[in-house]
Amino acid sequence: MKSKLFDYVEKDNIIYNLSGFTKLICFVCYTFAVMFSYDIRCIIGVAVLSVIFFRMSEIKFSQVRTMIIYVFVFLLLNFVLTFLFSPTYGTEIYGTEHVIFPILGRYVVTQEQLLYQLTKLLKYAATVPMGMLFLLTTNPSEFAASINRIGISYKGAFALSLTLRYFPDLIRDYGDISLAQQSRGLDLSKKEKLGTRIKNIMNICIPLIFSTLDRIELISNAMDLRGFGKKKKRTWYAAKPLKAGDWVAIVLAVIVFAITVMISVFINKSRFWNPFI
Amino acid sequence: MDDFGEERVMDRKVMIEFENYTFKYFSQAEPTLHEINLQIYEGEKVLIVGPSGSGKSTLGHCLNGLIPSSYKGETTGTLRIEGKDVSDQSIFERSGQVGTVLQDADGQFVGLSVGEDIAFSLENDGTDQVKMKELVDQVSALVDMDQHLKSSPFELSGGQKQRVSFAGIMVNDVPIMLFDEPLANLDPATGKTAIDLIDQIHQQFHKTMVIIEHRLEDVLYRHVDRIIVIEEGRIVAEGTPDALLAGAVLSRCGIREPLYVTAIKYAGVAPDESLRLGSIETLNIDQVKAPLLAWEKAQRKSPEKAEKEEILRISNLEFSYTKKRQILKGIDISIKAGEMVSIVGRNGAGKSTLAKVICGFVKEDAGDVFYKGQSLKGQTIKERSQIIGYVMQNPNQMICKPMIYDEIALGLRLRDVPEEEIEPRVEKVMKICGLTPFRKWPVSALSYGQKKRVTIASILVLNPHVLILDEPTAGQDYKHYTEIMEFLKELNDQGVTIILITHDMHLMLEYTPHAIVLSEGEKLGDASAAQILSNPEVAAAANLKVTSLYDLAQKIGLPEPSKFVQQFIDSEKEVR
Repeated sequence: MKSKLFDYVEKDNIIYNLSGFTKLICFVCYTFAVMFSYDIRCIIGVAVLSVIFFRMSEIKFSQVRTMIIYVFVFLLLNFVLTFLFSPTYGTEIYGTEHVIFPILGRYVVTQEQLLYQLTKLLKYAATVPMGMLFLLTTNPSEFAASINRIGISYKGAFALSLTLRYFPDLIRDYGDISLAQQSRGLDLSKKEKLGTRIKNIMNICIPLIFSTLDRIELISNAMDLRGFGKKKKRTWYAAKPLKAGDWVAIVLAVIVFAITVMISVFINKSRFWNPFI
Repeated sequence: MDDFGEERVMDRKVMIEFENYTFKYFSQAEPTLHEINLQIYEGEKVLIVGPSGSGKSTLGHCLNGLIPSSYKGETTGTLRIEGKDVSDQSIFERSGQVGTVLQDADGQFVGLSVGEDIAFSLENDGTDQVKMKELVDQVSALVDMDQHLKSSPFELSGGQKQRVSFAGIMVNDVPIMLFDEPLANLDPATGKTAIDLIDQIHQQFHKTMVIIEHRLEDVLYRHVDRIIVIEEGRIVAEGTPDALLAGAVLSRCGIREPLYVTAIKYAGVAPDESLRLGSIETLNIDQVKAPLLAWEKAQRKSPEKAEKEEILRISNLEFSYTKKRQILKGIDISIKAGEMVSIVGRNGAGKSTLAKVICGFVKEDAGDVFYKGQSLKGQTIKERSQIIGYVMQNPNQMICKPMIYDEIALGLRLRDVPEEEIEPRVEKVMKICGLTPFRKWPVSALSYGQKKRVTIASILVLNPHVLILDEPTAGQDYKHYTEIMEFLKELNDQGVTIILITHDMHLMLEYTPHAIVLSEGEKLGDASAAQILSNPEVAAAANLKVTSLYDLAQKIGLPEPSKFVQQFIDSEKEVR
């Protein structure tokens, strides 16, 4: 059984040594840059950066394989569905029509549609590795400190930390309860009808909820007794202080964000880059 | 109120003072604490004992500020801490004066790593990170956890988690430390280390210590200045351990005396303060030696029981979750029909896994389980549950129906047994389990012990021949413990074979003639409980302690201490 929500393995390299706060800021900057701009040149730039960062982090492919498969399937599905539902959106945006080949009725493959859809695909492809970087190279202990530092209230931030702490317990309890109920004759296998199976799962969830409620009372007492919520601010044991490298990374991210915005505002004069005029 | 003990030095500073203190929960009709008058002095180490529901935990909540912060109620009288009336103090201010270690060290562990958890209250104080790290390093070294600062709670044992929670309150340098049932979730050997640690902190820092606990013998393993006995919300006695153990008030309140004390009383020695009963170390052995030896001689040898037919045989069982670590290594066990067996061993020794393999929750890698000579190989969980019933430790994790009747009937309904057959079966089981008066009650109205009965009943209704119970009495006081165990014994007398997974040495001694010790996945011992608990090596490997009866037998110079232990148990049974 999985004992932790994230398998965090500490490594010693530039990306790991950055503070979680820095990585979160960079993630936000790059994401906003890519989400704002429909200029494929900028997006490719950010995508290249994210691949470079990913390489630098020395994350093994095996660590992210499942996640990448999910993302890939999602992107593919998104690509196909976009074409199915709005095959002419590209021409609407760019105002021209360069037909490559027609398929059927309104389903015509145009250069405009292709550019639009590629841009959109790359948007996701560029941000996902950044998100993975934040999740995988940040010590889970640092998550709460990081999001508190970008301005989320510490109570909210700590809730995240508590989730990471107690989620595995919940999974373990679920497993135990499920086994005990199965020994009373509860069938969760596919032999049972779907309706009965859902009802049977309910029989596991009820004791789970009650034992979790007991636990919540205990945890909140334990936190009260040690002064949680006493002051307006709190410090974090696990927060990493910002070093020179952090500032470099933050400045770089802000510059990239500024450049993409400026290209859109001053050069493209719109969020879209239009090579067709 | 009975008052025991010598005159106390009165010039010490009073740290805690209850004066005519009465407390009533809003949800209850009667006050839980009545007219409490109690003074605790600076640097004193006080043990508060009392049966469940006596109000001792409520007293603890009043001290640490959970009353009125989390639990609301009506208070009269005053509580002063360090001379100041604290009636309108916030829980945060109080946490600077009273540090609390709660019963459940796992639930209390709020950090993702040891370092963070120890630092938790410093973080809430807004302490500068550099200073915080320094303090955490210092305090973690005190409790010997400095090598584990980065470990997550999942990698720690129960004892280690508790050390972390000790450190978590020591970083604040609080003058008063409150321990709420610190032994409840620990095995005997780990409990012993916890008591040692509490004692060490007390000696080193002279803090005022308040320990709430009902496992008297285990706490008294180290010196305690004063014992306060609470019953039905009132202080009924207080005094030194030597004085209180010489009296009858403890057993009258349903607190179990240390076994060596009971043995001395059986031997007909008139208990007296001069015996120094407080600890077996200080015990005045010369005064009790002759009567004990005489008593030992007078006991008859216990009759050998006839061998019964074998009901469960486990042969050469191997199991591992991952390739790296083998959990069970070639286990061979034979259990006879109608036996009551305990399986003991430290956490991670493979006890629960063994139960899981027997019930078919997980599949063995090699070896086999036989029921009356027939292999259970290939039988599903559901099929095995007709033969073997499994009762989890926490009844709240098993109960899923709001009404008792439905809960017990659930297993039968899931097996599509017709309703007209279900009714008599449920009725019968309810009668056996003493639940008939609660027939129409909702489960939520029951006490913990009653819920435990409901879960046992819900398994019994399936007519298993073997019942496996995981820690059936964990966290129960003597009265409820006796209730649950006597009930199991009745079931056992009716022919159900019972296997108990436990840490509780009293339970082993008193109820299970046959004990199996697991250590590191291997069977280390398979003998009578008296023999196991008189074998220092085996006891140490299983994180048990040798019983104090063994120490007593050695002190009076008996050649076969385990025989003495057995005689004691036999005469205990006669008394009951």
